[in-house]
Amino acid sequence: MKKILLLSGDEAVARGAYEAGLKLAAAYPGTPSTEILEYLTQFPEVDARWAVNEKTSYEIALGASIAGVRSMYSSKHVGLNVAMDPLMTSAYTGVTGGFVVVVADDPQMASSQNEQDDRLIAKFAKIPMLEPSSPREAYLMARSAFDLSEKFDTPVMIRITTRVAHTKEDVEIGERNEVPDKPFVPNPAKYVMIPGYAYKKHIALEAKLLEMAKYSDESSLNFIEINDNSMGIITSGVSYLYAKEAFPNASFLKIGFSYPFPDEKIKQFAKEVKDLYVIEELEPFIEEHVKQLYIPVKAKDVSYRIGELNPGLVKEIIEGKKKVEKPSTARKPVLCPGCSHRPVFYALKKLKAIVAGDIGCYTLGTLKPLDAMHTTVCMGGGVTLFDSMSKILGHNKVVGVVGDSTFVHSGIEGLIDAAYNGAKGLLLVLDNSTTGMTGCQNNPATGFTAKGEKTKKLSIEDISKAAGADIVETIGAYADNLADKIHELMNKDALSVLIVRYPCKVLTKAKDPIPVFDGANCKNCGACLQIDCPAIHRNEAGNIVLEEYLCAGCDLCVRMCKFGALKKAENR
Amino acid sequence: MKNNKVNNEVINILFCGTGGQGVLTAAEIVSLAAMYDGFHTKKSEVHGMAQRGGSVESHVRFGSLVASPLIEAGAADFIVPFYKPERDRLIEYLSKDGKDFTADLEEAQLNCKDKRFVNTYMLGRLSKYLNLSKESWLKALEAGFKGKLVEENRKVFLDAVK
Repeated sequence: MKKILLLSGDEAVARGAYEAGLKLAAAYPGTPSTEILEYLTQFPEVDARWAVNEKTSYEIALGASIAGVRSMYSSKHVGLNVAMDPLMTSAYTGVTGGFVVVVADDPQMASSQNEQDDRLIAKFAKIPMLEPSSPREAYLMARSAFDLSEKFDTPVMIRITTRVAHTKEDVEIGERNEVPDKPFVPNPAKYVMIPGYAYKKHIALEAKLLEMAKYSDESSLNFIEINDNSMGIITSGVSYLYAKEAFPNASFLKIGFSYPFPDEKIKQFAKEVKDLYVIEELEPFIEEHVKQLYIPVKAKDVSYRIGELNPGLVKEIIEGKKKVEKPSTARKPVLCPGCSHRPVFYALKKLKAIVAGDIGCYTLGTLKPLDAMHTTVCMGGGVTLFDSMSKILGHNKVVGVVGDSTFVHSGIEGLIDAAYNGAKGLLLVLDNSTTGMTGCQNNPATGFTAKGEKTKKLSIEDISKAAGADIVETIGAYADNLADKIHELMNKDALSVLIVRYPCKVLTKAKDPIPVFDGANCKNCGACLQIDCPAIHRNEAGNIVLEEYLCAGCDLCVRMCKFGALKKAENR
Repeated sequence: MKNNKVNNEVINILFCGTGGQGVLTAAEIVSLAAMYDGFHTKKSEVHGMAQRGGSVESHVRFGSLVASPLIEAGAADFIVPFYKPERDRLIEYLSKDGKDFTADLEEAQLNCKDKRFVNTYMLGRLSKYLNLSKESWLKALEAGFKGKLVEENRKVFLDAVK
């Protein structure tokens, strides 16, 4: 009997890999790729694990491949930056068991700090790339990618985007195919990349690229659909579906095996159509290649390199327009009701601290009215930027902020750096006992694995001391003396780590007794709005409203109200 | 036929609200029901970085063959709002002869003492306009709520259909 599931692109990649005999998968959570590894945790045949960061994930997965099993790495686009070191050289070493590298780009930056196009990384690293348009294709491509990896002795990249990762579609699935492990045969010339061996591997890699280009031309993943031949569109990924929606009668060269390029098919298609267009999101990856083949092609204005496409924008591109940026009308992102980061940012604002921030839910502390974060660049940057900024601007003025998962990801090295080079001042580790922004995943500091099994728990206190912090203290997020403690440690002639610990309410689903709002006492001063809680707002009539169904009962608003309009619940 | 589309056309439903209101669950359930009835189904969500309280929209499209995962402006057959300001923001998606479920939302909010059931009530209302089997709807409700409060949700759904 046919088995059909409604799967997201992420889940479909995971399902395809599982069926291909995947034995080990390693990842660090990141929107929009998180659900790939999450989906794999249900299978006992797969060692599916969260790793400390993307570099370790990549190396762990590569190691499994070298040892002879099929393995997979997955991350978001910026995550792959962290793994670039092993990625680049793994193109030289190649693999033993099939090794697949899944990367999810985020055009429009639904939840990212940039919108880099990682298709360029496949070209840069010289590894083949598959680019599914939909969950159905993601499933099929993941299932076949491991064979491809073993055939060409190379990591294979599967590149998706947010729209593919987070679209669900009905997908017909199959059974798992158990693939025998390959023997590990010591082969230093393949796996020890000293210059002499690496030079030979580079020669071999260039030859391999030519072979793969031939294969790309033969691959059924690159196909031509001739309809109305007055208009031909070369496209890949989800852009194919947008173009198909906008111009159902046009002719298409749909590229699924998208690096190395299928040059012969591109040339053939160009001959068969009158006007040739390229439709692609972000960088002019296909466009530049087609132009290198001396084929005249109409491509998008530079303005469409920014953000996500959709069928309407595809029509504009074909009409030769420039993109008109419209301001977003979406609601401002806010910390959840009852978020334990809220009292910290309120305190930092009151102290007028300069805050070197990091990547996580707490990044939302930058928006008004909390307005208490001044840098966010990359994972772990909250620690290192704090180190140098506090040295220059004064450690009594600058505070570093990092979350528990981010601290483990790449904050610990920064703390060692700071201690080693004599930094003073305060690093706050906001420990909400989960990797929150990506939807609550475990990490070494939670003491549980990706599969929810108990494991060794990393002590943030102990490792901070070992890294060289002079003072390491722990405080509750709602402690009355939180602001005083931050102020005290900022002004000490010492390197301090203050761990602010309170579990995420999305994780615990804890609903404490909610405050009582007494409108008669409300002077409408707006003090309660300063904490930017989604459960409190002014209604259309201009009056304060407490949305009881949203409120998580943290009582922070009660502290803000001087007129007794917001009171603690009687049973507290 | 409850909607005026021919068989090979795609039905477009836009759900919208804020994080935590059950927008994604509602979209998941209608997608499952469409899938159980054998339609090619796509569901795509658009939301920002906030876990709770931010704008959330979900595009559901089903038919014999669906290309784009996103609904084009002016092409939604139905807009199903869980929060009025979000509906106002996205109303340009609704086609000229599309149906706006704002009145049903007000009714749902009055009729559901427990706000957790508003999305199920809205699905009951929506179901009257879609050619999906009752069997698939009930199966989808069970799958969508992962066994939680299945009986209550089924009751709210069936009451809303009346």
